[in-house]
Amino acid sequence: MAELLDAEVTPDVVRAGWPEGDPALVGDAWRKLAAVGVTGTLVPEDLGGLGLDENSLVPMLAEIGRSGLPVPAAETIAVAAPLLAGGHLPGVLDGDTLVTAQLGDSDLVPFGQQAALVVLRDGGALRLFPRDALVLEPCVTTDGSRGTARLVSRPEARDGMVLTDDPAEVDGAWQRGVLGTSALLIGLADRMLTLTVGYVGQREQFGRPIGSFQAIKHALADALVGVEFARPMLLAAAWAQSQRSDEATARTSRAQTSVAKVLASDAARLVARTAIQCHGAIAYTTEYDLHLYAKQAWALIPAWGGPAWHRARVAEFLGASDD
Amino acid sequence: MDLRWSRAEEAFRAEARAWLEANVPRDLPPVHTPEGFAAHVAWERLLHAARWGVVAWPERYGGRDATLWEWLIFEEEYYRADGPPRITQNGIFLLAPTLFEFGTAAQQDKYLPRMSAAQDLWCQGWSEPGAGSDLAAVRSTAVRDEARGGWLLSGQKTWTTRGGFCTHLFGLFRTDPAAERHRGLTYFLVPLDTPGVTVRCFPRLDGDEEFAEVFFDSAFVPDEDILGGLNDGWRVAMSTTGSERGLTLRSPGRFLRSADRLLELYRERPERSLRDQVVQAWIDAQAYQMFTLRQVTAIAEGAKPGAESSLNKLFWSELDLRLHETALALLGQDGELDGAWSRGFLFSLAGPIYAGTNEIQRNVVAERLLGLPRKLGGHAFRAERDGGRAARRGGRTAGRRGNAGRGPSRLA
Repeated sequence: MAELLDAEVTPDVVRAGWPEGDPALVGDAWRKLAAVGVTGTLVPEDLGGLGLDENSLVPMLAEIGRSGLPVPAAETIAVAAPLLAGGHLPGVLDGDTLVTAQLGDSDLVPFGQQAALVVLRDGGALRLFPRDALVLEPCVTTDGSRGTARLVSRPEARDGMVLTDDPAEVDGAWQRGVLGTSALLIGLADRMLTLTVGYVGQREQFGRPIGSFQAIKHALADALVGVEFARPMLLAAAWAQSQRSDEATARTSRAQTSVAKVLASDAARLVARTAIQCHGAIAYTTEYDLHLYAKQAWALIPAWGGPAWHRARVAEFLGASDD
Repeated sequence: MDLRWSRAEEAFRAEARAWLEANVPRDLPPVHTPEGFAAHVAWERLLHAARWGVVAWPERYGGRDATLWEWLIFEEEYYRADGPPRITQNGIFLLAPTLFEFGTAAQQDKYLPRMSAAQDLWCQGWSEPGAGSDLAAVRSTAVRDEARGGWLLSGQKTWTTRGGFCTHLFGLFRTDPAAERHRGLTYFLVPLDTPGVTVRCFPRLDGDEEFAEVFFDSAFVPDEDILGGLNDGWRVAMSTTGSERGLTLRSPGRFLRSADRLLELYRERPERSLRDQVVQAWIDAQAYQMFTLRQVTAIAEGAKPGAESSLNKLFWSELDLRLHETALALLGQDGELDGAWSRGFLFSLAGPIYAGTNEIQRNVVAERLLGLPRKLGGHAFRAERDGGRAARRGGRTAGRRGNAGRGPSRLA
């Protein structure tokens, strides 16, 4: 998986997701991932998927995050694919069809400019809409590979197909979206840290690599602490999700998932900031690759509930809420 | 990941919880008073008699042959029950792992049973007035005494926690003054009643008169009290520092308990502007627990924690400080009063200093986990320098082509 991504998702492919890039490069890479089963990770084997559970999501999506491939990976793999059946599924499994989702209160739809299918929350149900049935207005975003569109008006329910109206399933889909996004963030953090370690080991000032200075070492050590202490929590949240069977286990799983998103978001934010500072001015040109990953991270930190929102959920879980 | 405890582990937890609930003493006097010292020793002997003192040790040394997971469970239960501070900790958590790894059978038989029974209390003799973060600058010497078959120790150790009432010291002494800094050091086990050893206590910032400086004036130690090889002390000591920084000294139970206490405090005195800090402390305690569970899994599969223990140390020490700062903020004006939180706060300030300052830990993480260049100047850089020239020749876009590869395996 890591090797495939290294080979297929070069920084040029990430750039291809930006305006004026060639989106076919992104599509080709996605199809190659789909060919090894990635999009069907959570899809039952008898429907053509890998039949795995949430525990597989974290390493899988962390690798995709690390690659920077600009696709709605969490939305397609973690949220939508396991809810799909019938006509839409083969296209998703083949990588021909991108699915995105907005299950929160925002009217911004990530990859709403590219995805053929959009999952939206409609009261207590999740509905699947063809993009053509929605009024979507392209947005200019900090991360140019994000393809965000604004949902101008709420769609007619009859234009969408109900994927599920079972509260437990809706909740499960939400939790998987949060966890998948957390894993993407950890992967992005990993990539930024790797780039930075490589750079500060080469870049010389005052006659020595700047990575030999303690000011750089200490900043990067703290960044690594953030990543390394988030990662096991993501695995724990995935495990909790895979054990959901009743309201009590779902409640624990929700809290663990919120904890994971807080840690992953804060780690990614710290790494992005540290990576830019340790690079110095070269981080500030878009000719250098760092910004590609940092901007993806900045979009994912507030997505699926930002750290402040998830802290509030943890506060509720702990009975420390006064909201 | 499988976070289920086995039936045996659940039974172990239940047994530990029941025993601790029935036996943990309340409100012991402070350790540094004579009656407090006696009470803490009595508690250790009670733990030992019930074989709860060193659960992960072999039975013949007073343990239960418990797994590392069971040890973590015991620690959780110990802190949950508000068990007293362990005055045996420098022996059982720091020296013992080293004795198990490097000690001879005779040394293990001589020291481990007395250590677990709190008959010997151990303190650590690392730091000196001129050797703190730069531990390899140790100047205390050991001079050969051929006639008696041993060594004469001279010099001074300092910041020796509980040195005032410990009975033994483990420490580093320079046996080969001609050797390069890290070489030429030897790890000695020294009874503090050895003639020529003087202990002077001095007070600490948190009010405990627990520090000591220990003076050695030609104190004789026989050959059999060298731990590990002659002039191999640095390597042996590093195994102790791994334990000290990592999970054996600071298990997650301690921080889970503190985070729960902080939540209780918040519920008693809610202050909306501090809620996120309280929640974050709890989140971080969970993160530490999951990190250590993964670490224990790796150790059980044969990995050695090594430099990774510096990650533990950075995380728990900074967490402990933030947690106590938050508690004091919740207490408002009452935070100036002496109490568990204000004392805990003062102690938490020491966390980023003891067991190797956090600056040293960050160096270890950067150099050994991230692979950043080690030395200041010298040929250590030649390789990087050549790489750097190549990158510069490529101009600004060299980075774009060059940085797609994977970094150190650590990050993979």
